[in-house]
Amino acid sequence: MRRYFARKVAIYLLTFFVAVTLNWLIPRFMPGDPVLRMLTRTSVSNPDAIAPMREYYNNVFGLDVPLWRQYLNYWAELLQGNMGISVWLFPAPVTEVILDAVPYTLALLIPSILLSWYAGNKVGALAARRRWLDNTVLPLGYALTATPYMWIAIVLAWSLAIIAGIFPVAGGYSFDLQPSWSLVFFNSLLQHWFLPFLSLFLVAFGGWAIGMRNMIIYELEADYANYLEALGAPRRLIRRYAFRNALLPQLTGLALQLGVLVAGALVTEIVFGYPGLGRLILMAIQNQDFFLLQGAFLFIVIGVLIANFVIDIIYVLVDPRTRTGMTGGAA
Amino acid sequence: MRTRPRYIAALFTAVLLATTACEGGDGGSSGNSSNGGQYPRNETLYTSGSAWGPPTTWNPIVPGYATGTVGLIYEPLFIFNPEKLELEPWLAEKGEWSADNKTYTVTLRDGVKWSDDKPLTADDVKYTVELGKIKAVPYSNLWNWLASVEAPDARTVKFTFSDPRVQEWENWLYENPIVPKHIWESRSEADITTHKNEKPIGSGPYVYQAHAQDRMVWKKKEGWWAEKALSLKVAPTYIVDIVNSSNEVALGLLTSGRLDLSNNFLPGVANLLKGDFKVKTYYAEPPYMLSANTAMLIPNTTKAPMNDVAFRKALAQSIEVKKIVEGVYGNIVKASNPTGLLPVYDQYVDQATVSSSGFTFDTAKAKATLASAGYRDTNGDGKVEDKSGKPISLKLIVPSGWTDWMEAARVIAEGAQAAGLNIVAEFPDAAALDDARTAGKFDLLLNNWTGVSNTPWTYYNYVFQMPVQAQQFSANFSRYQNQAAWELVQKLARTPSDDPAYKTTITELQKIQLAELPAIPLWYNGMWAQYTESTWTNWPSEASGAPKDFPSTWNNMWELGSIKMLTQLKPASSK
Repeated sequence: MRRYFARKVAIYLLTFFVAVTLNWLIPRFMPGDPVLRMLTRTSVSNPDAIAPMREYYNNVFGLDVPLWRQYLNYWAELLQGNMGISVWLFPAPVTEVILDAVPYTLALLIPSILLSWYAGNKVGALAARRRWLDNTVLPLGYALTATPYMWIAIVLAWSLAIIAGIFPVAGGYSFDLQPSWSLVFFNSLLQHWFLPFLSLFLVAFGGWAIGMRNMIIYELEADYANYLEALGAPRRLIRRYAFRNALLPQLTGLALQLGVLVAGALVTEIVFGYPGLGRLILMAIQNQDFFLLQGAFLFIVIGVLIANFVIDIIYVLVDPRTRTGMTGGAA
Repeated sequence: MRTRPRYIAALFTAVLLATTACEGGDGGSSGNSSNGGQYPRNETLYTSGSAWGPPTTWNPIVPGYATGTVGLIYEPLFIFNPEKLELEPWLAEKGEWSADNKTYTVTLRDGVKWSDDKPLTADDVKYTVELGKIKAVPYSNLWNWLASVEAPDARTVKFTFSDPRVQEWENWLYENPIVPKHIWESRSEADITTHKNEKPIGSGPYVYQAHAQDRMVWKKKEGWWAEKALSLKVAPTYIVDIVNSSNEVALGLLTSGRLDLSNNFLPGVANLLKGDFKVKTYYAEPPYMLSANTAMLIPNTTKAPMNDVAFRKALAQSIEVKKIVEGVYGNIVKASNPTGLLPVYDQYVDQATVSSSGFTFDTAKAKATLASAGYRDTNGDGKVEDKSGKPISLKLIVPSGWTDWMEAARVIAEGAQAAGLNIVAEFPDAAALDDARTAGKFDLLLNNWTGVSNTPWTYYNYVFQMPVQAQQFSANFSRYQNQAAWELVQKLARTPSDDPAYKTTITELQKIQLAELPAIPLWYNGMWAQYTESTWTNWPSEASGAPKDFPSTWNNMWELGSIKMLTQLKPASSK
């Protein structure tokens, strides 16, 4: 058991190192110079002021040292929890900007991932044994899972928010409120949260439902199911075994899907003007904000790694075979 | 295990029901009743269109500050009245030039106070101007021609110039706000330009209320100086500026009555006006919007064949601006005058020059211009070659994602192709385009940093500024060098508007510009402003009796009189 986790942790650390390095590297391959862009944005009309301002800002952002030095500085700062100053939102520190946005993104991601996975698996399993359900869930699932996130988001925003007027169009909470521990505020948060959540939930739900349905049908035709049936075991018992077996690939699928879901959440946030990381990333790219981009991606990398690690642990818990494999096959 | 699904499903439905049930409040908030929110709807002005990111700084010295920081909080000495084309005293009671135009004396209003109740004095003005001695402060070039500033008493500030650039000075006067010395003087030189200045203390009609990722909220301050001095009172108690996310969001908020003023560019807004959405604009008819700046086609005059004036002329003649105005914009913009001077400067346009040397769309003429200048199609591909017979192939670059400009660039390329000029439109990333423009590594591009101001000097400075440097950040992207024109621009900077030389200098500049076409004016971009009347009425419009202030929340528009829009608004008759 310890060896298994030690190996996993080592792999995750390596992945983290590579991801952080790429994270540092990739923005620097983008064309353009962030300081120049900042000066352009502030449209400094004074030719004499440009050289000193540029030098000054290059120094502020630590861009005036050789690249290898910048890379080392980046690690040194990162380990102290400092992700630098945002170029686009100068002079706000990146950590502060991201911490403001992260709760919103997490509030969308965690419930939509977990609930869609749970509900998708349940409905998929049900669909595998009820013909009428199969005939409705299957096409619906295919349609949902093939829908681009932003499209379903736009459809929901248009129909439920603009036409029906049931839900708000944009924002994290009502524009006439200030955050407080009141019911009104919480209520407003919930209303603004619901549509972005729903669009993420629906798309993911379709995928899980189809996956589970196919898996169950496959498992019900497996030898052990036939054998059980021949022994005269009740259908219910066979299905339970099938469900348990079918769950394992779905769990692996969840680990694989995390990245896609995060990307989907970012797009959805933009459609709903939801104040999470999505819009920050988009604007950071457009404004060559290396530091904000690094910070946002770092958060995503850490999030996906942690989630994968948790899934690894769950895997051990739910699949006895992994456990036996780890203890060296006691049987 | 088996009971759990039902439990979760029940919980889920409960959440769903709860969210929909309590919708009565927010969803139907088009009514005027307050719905438990802290900002009563009928006292709150919702705006959007100027903030592109979360508010993070309230430092008025460095651009990038939250919407309204300059205008609502910090105020300049003067504001500019674009209708009358003159400065109006704001924090200053008056400003006077000495007879020899070497010194300028500002008298401050009596009784202006900062929001911490300390008086605003001549020392604050002196301090603010002297901040320009720090190189990283954007207006540091002021000190190239300003010699000294003195504060003989609490209400008088005396500026002595080494080179009195009247127009440039008046531009400075209304574009730069005064900051309180007693708060700023404790900050280090580096802090002046990097400080976030949370909870700003200003002299304006509003104070900081709250901010979040997607909004900035200002609250009205009691006892704003202009209430007494000018009998102006801002109407909204709260201003909530919503950070732009997408056109769809702005449109959705606007049509559902949750947004009062949208300064977003909304494509197809003409259709919206015709439909039953209760959306209004400044003009009821095309172009619907006031003109805010001139979109210019910038040829890189350091490269052949753009260095040839005949080529530039032919290019100008090949462009069908009407097609851009109607096809691309649906008539929400206006075709530019060949001089590029904004409609507010109409009185300075020299019609004789325009009719004798202005350019108009005429493909045949463009072909003739090219032929007579020696550009001929020698290899028979339908496109002209340069004078030595080498094929010409040029790129017109426009930022990717700027859909209106991308379409416009296609129209321009099409027109040029029809005249035999091989120009294609390309859409690089905005950052790459910025680099190309600053470094002069392009053939042709579009740019519109020619905003409305107190004087055409800013426009001609944009077109002719010299010397051309390795990197051009804000002006003369054509890298066009014409010493005579630049001297005229500098002369214009030094000429008071009431001097007859003012108009003649502008005329001379028009002549040079039309003869040389260092940049080709195409159309006037609009001062995008869409508003609804469900909560606030008496918006600026062309209608007689309506206010004529700029209906804009864009930064630097407040100083152009938008602040007065807030004092003109009236609550919609309460139901």
